[in-house]
Amino acid sequence: MFSGSFLRRSALAAGLIVAGVSAAKAQTPSPDPRVGLKAGIYNAQQALWNMRVVSATARPAGFVIDSAPGDFNYIDSDLAFDGKYVIQGNFHGILIWDVSQPAHPALVTAFPCPGFQNDVSVYGHLMFTSVESGDSHRDCGGERIADTVSADRVRGVRIFDISDIKNPKILTNVQTCRGSHTHTVVTSPADKANIYVYVSGSSFVRSPNELAGCSGMTPDKDPNSEQFRIEVIQVPLAHPEQAKVVSKPDILAGLTQAGTHPEAATDLARQKARVDSARAAGGFIAQVEGRDVIIGGRFLSMQLDSIVKARGGTGTPTTADTATFRTNMQGIVDKIVGAGPTQGPRTGPVQCHDITVYPAIGLAGGACGGYGLLLDIKDPAHPRRIAAASDSNFAFWHSATFSNDGSMVLFTDEWGGGLAPRCRATDDPKWGADALFRIKDSTLMFQSYFKMPAAQTEQENCVAHNGSLVPVPGRTIMVQGWYQGGISVFDWTDPAHPKEIAFFDRGPMDSTKLVNAGSWSAYWYNGMIVSSEIGRGLDILELTPSDLLSQNEIDAAKLVQVAQQNVQDQQTIVWPSSPVVAQAYLDQLARSGMTAAQVTETRAGLAKAEKATGAARKNALTKLASQLNGMAAAAGDPAKVRALASVISGLAK
Amino acid sequence: MNLRCSVPALTLLASCLGLTPLLGQGPAEASGPSAADVVFMSGMIGHHAQAVLMAGWAESHGASPTLQRYCRKVVVSQRDEIGLMKRWLADHHEPLPDSTLMYGRSMPGMGAMLMPGMLTAAALAQLDSARGADWDHLFLEDMIRHHQGAITMVQQLFNTPGGGKGVVFQFATDISTDQTAEITRMRQMLLTLP
Repeated sequence: MFSGSFLRRSALAAGLIVAGVSAAKAQTPSPDPRVGLKAGIYNAQQALWNMRVVSATARPAGFVIDSAPGDFNYIDSDLAFDGKYVIQGNFHGILIWDVSQPAHPALVTAFPCPGFQNDVSVYGHLMFTSVESGDSHRDCGGERIADTVSADRVRGVRIFDISDIKNPKILTNVQTCRGSHTHTVVTSPADKANIYVYVSGSSFVRSPNELAGCSGMTPDKDPNSEQFRIEVIQVPLAHPEQAKVVSKPDILAGLTQAGTHPEAATDLARQKARVDSARAAGGFIAQVEGRDVIIGGRFLSMQLDSIVKARGGTGTPTTADTATFRTNMQGIVDKIVGAGPTQGPRTGPVQCHDITVYPAIGLAGGACGGYGLLLDIKDPAHPRRIAAASDSNFAFWHSATFSNDGSMVLFTDEWGGGLAPRCRATDDPKWGADALFRIKDSTLMFQSYFKMPAAQTEQENCVAHNGSLVPVPGRTIMVQGWYQGGISVFDWTDPAHPKEIAFFDRGPMDSTKLVNAGSWSAYWYNGMIVSSEIGRGLDILELTPSDLLSQNEIDAAKLVQVAQQNVQDQQTIVWPSSPVVAQAYLDQLARSGMTAAQVTETRAGLAKAEKATGAARKNALTKLASQLNGMAAAAGDPAKVRALASVISGLAK
Repeated sequence: MNLRCSVPALTLLASCLGLTPLLGQGPAEASGPSAADVVFMSGMIGHHAQAVLMAGWAESHGASPTLQRYCRKVVVSQRDEIGLMKRWLADHHEPLPDSTLMYGRSMPGMGAMLMPGMLTAAALAQLDSARGADWDHLFLEDMIRHHQGAITMVQQLFNTPGGGKGVVFQFATDISTDQTAEITRMRQMLLTLP
């Protein structure tokens, strides 16, 4: 349907300049080739390390203003995956690409349907898009709506039938009070008749005259306020057109603690020592969200002065005044920090930005303004908060990614909202970064930060943004978009010491001014890394082997194939039984965990067993597995040796 | 905004694709930005400029290390945002406000010009004369009000017909989210001031 001339895919290949990377493949190149790249829209200089560009395809006509490539009404947004198709949101509509030939993505559908930010998800033959902006029309077209109240306005989640991939059909628009900035499709192991959609809206609450029941008042004035809540849409799979909001859980209620810094165990111990010594000295200790806080002298004297005044006295507060304060202290503090259901305006975030669910472990990570939350989602219609983290280095908790075993979670900080250059040499590497946590006994234990390390210019919007796991067995590896900071691949198997292992970056769009562009999302999908480039279209890349990531590890990752993928609905990665998976583990054990001799011996044993057939093969593999299990306890990495043994046992079956 | 593809061309394109009913509009900003957006972006420059001025005093006025760190981030954040607003106004051929006029400092007595939450010239002078823990205390109280004012400005924008188009929608929403989080943080700091 689309002619070749429609796709200006060749434009990007022309004038491509790659900055030289001559450093050893295991060492981050120095100087960093990402620094100082030449500007250009389709011919910017590029830097690549342990990755290669498979294709780069510009946005089609109608979805880009060539004279203003950063025009906000036409920028690319998030991605969803459906078989051979990549579904790409654009603020002007939806683009669907056939990527069965990754070197030549073919545009299948360009469906105009303006709305910010057209975040996309897919489930079966259903496609979902987010609309938050206030001027989108219910039928995807028509005039942009300017009236403050209009029956034609859509803010919420659109649901399409994409049985005919070339002709998406609107089934329904599920209207929500704040619209939908992002949304998360939630599959439930317990409920096969429905799927759920968690709606995060980061904008204003619309008028009740437009959508009944919408209230933007604070909860102390209106208990049904939309604030401090998310919306949950239930989609009956037999009748998706009947999808509706079924609950508005107030998962943000009572968040009052503004952490100064993520608390590592040592920080917690230090704080406890301070509180204990203040208490012993007769200090004033109040509780803020379950934690002890030492009341400062200034706040104390202000409060004492007002107690003196209240009893009509003057001068120095008496012992009785101090006692009065001590009695009422907790109530006063609650009022100041906004705790409690009705005690004055609540503080804390009134809405979430994005939620990543992991149904197999019953958890979700909510990125909600000033907080990162851990939610229990076993009852998908009624998620509830079980832990929260805040951090003075984090401006804006943006999104979450769990490790495959669910023992760790990574939150991103979109400091500056993605519109600002926040990766300059002068920007603190703890600001606008990823924060890595271990999850232990339903608490979030801070481990470290990771920020794409190459300094970017004033002309490049750059901050942590969307990414996904790269399914390398035995390691936790993530690929992540950093807007015009490019794409970074890093290992956070040890969350206290994340390490970059590959990258891709382009120079700025324009050397004289900031033009919005860069990787909105970079996700692994069935062996490819697909990146939605805000201003330059669709990029497909692949990892190349290095001392930091072997060919076996890449091949093992490529074995993982899924039929559909929404990155924010995290599914457990399962590797098929394959010799490649065993070889990937062996490559890792060769780096550390087994002696060189043990690795050589195991490889030889595996090769020999694989050459045999029938019962001989089975016996050899079983024997090898049991030998490995026997030596595991004494090995440098017992868990990995056992994982290897388990793969080899699997091969025997 | 230059509209490169004319509407007839788009319609022709659409009919080739069988999408005619869906392509009814050109770029949203084809007719220029809304008056509400221009007022917001111009007004917020002065509002931000005052915040940058106030936060910029942290070091010289002896703020606590925690507050100095917080203020450094306010300065970077809001200075960048001033850059974005100026760029947006220039792109739309709108005049740039003289941000120094909006501090409230150079035009004493012109209280009516102040955007919500901004400090009057007198209040600003009072903050400028404070030092150490006194400065911390005054700053936190002033800046909480200042931030609340910014959130009010965003609410006013979205309550105005045509307010919050294109990038202004995203930008205003971000300001509201960021500053809401910062108010929580500042209230906590106020509680534990030595």
